[in-house]
Amino acid sequence: MNNIYSTIIRDGLWKNNPALVQLLGLCPLLAVTNTMINGLGLGLATILTLVASNGLVSLLRKHIPDEARLPVFMLIIASIVTIIELSMNAWFHELYVILGIFIPLIVTNCAITGRAEAFASRNPVGPAIVDGLMMGLGFTAVLVVLGSMRELIGQGTLFSEAHLMFGEAARQFTIVVFDNYRGFLIALLPPGAFIGLGLIVALKNVIDARQKAKEAKTKSVLAEAVAG
Amino acid sequence: MSSLKIQIFRVGFMLAIFAIVATSLVAMTEANTREKISENERQALLKAINEIVDSKDYNNAILSDTLVITKNKLLGTKEDTTIYRARLDDKPVAAIFTSVAPNGYSGEIKLLIGVYFDGSIAGVRAINHKETPGLGDKINEQKSDWIRQFKGLSLTNPSESKWKVKKDGGHFDQFTGATITPRAVVSAVKKSLEYFNKNRDTLFEVTPDE
Repeated sequence: MNNIYSTIIRDGLWKNNPALVQLLGLCPLLAVTNTMINGLGLGLATILTLVASNGLVSLLRKHIPDEARLPVFMLIIASIVTIIELSMNAWFHELYVILGIFIPLIVTNCAITGRAEAFASRNPVGPAIVDGLMMGLGFTAVLVVLGSMRELIGQGTLFSEAHLMFGEAARQFTIVVFDNYRGFLIALLPPGAFIGLGLIVALKNVIDARQKAKEAKTKSVLAEAVAG
Repeated sequence: MSSLKIQIFRVGFMLAIFAIVATSLVAMTEANTREKISENERQALLKAINEIVDSKDYNNAILSDTLVITKNKLLGTKEDTTIYRARLDDKPVAAIFTSVAPNGYSGEIKLLIGVYFDGSIAGVRAINHKETPGLGDKINEQKSDWIRQFKGLSLTNPSESKWKVKKDGGHFDQFTGATITPRAVVSAVKKSLEYFNKNRDTLFEVTPDE
């Protein structure tokens, strides 16, 4: 049992990361990551939806006709997103003003349909919810890293506009990394998103390749030791 | 009936059930949140208005003291908009109305403009736009103080020919790397003032209660 969860956690955060490996949900990912706070905002909203949709799809999986499962997933996801949006607008209006623009974007995030199809519809509720949480966290991590990268290169700051999410007290969170920075526009514009994501994917592949080479080496050393 | 037909009916039926349940849940949520949301929106609008005109400066029920103005070229509006009127003891104080700058870098920039009865600006806020983040979006009052500089200005201060960005020989700063956005906003604000000066008396006319 424990083993399942540790696999799910490793898959969501690294091995099968939705943004870096499955390359799902790129539309909202590329669109909003021009600052770190924006990335964090979309990430949080995505985690919430992913957990809710995975849980619900898994709960209903025995009743969903196989032939019509995709339209049913879409129905479930679109309803969840709409209900979350309306409820937030009514009861957490301040938060809605900040995250509101990200919520409709989530419907276009195919990572959510992807997880419903690949995992939640085939697994019990517990693992499905953990999968939603971990995939959401993995996605958020990439959003935050990409957002920080673009913000740092594009306008020389980090945590700018944190008050939009954490209230007025957070206004001084902003770290000006380079004084009098003239800005590097391309990082903030869409090409910067593609280039940035490409670099992160490449970095992940390098790390994985190194890891593999190391393992192979240990194995061959072991094999030699045994043979010797 | 063939088994294929039965299968098709079964799947269609299940799909219909899911659609009905999902739609009802959304409809129920909508019905339960409608009032709260419109109340929140009223509060947000009131807050936006009070950012422009101090709530101590007027004492009428500003959200219901409104006038509908039809689409107008000077305001750049393509549909009817609502103008809110602030009065102190029935004397006109300021009018708050929507204006659209049609020529932003990425489409329209919607502005909320407050003008005092004497024709000077109470305040300008960008309420809806799609300008480039990090560049043109400095017109947001949360991101920079640029939009606050309009407060107190009028068509005679600076003189009419100076209602341009510095690059065009005018009074207003442009942003580093973004001239189009400030140029669009300055020109929209100027046109709104022209509209206000032309129509001031009709704008404050009291419509009798029905």
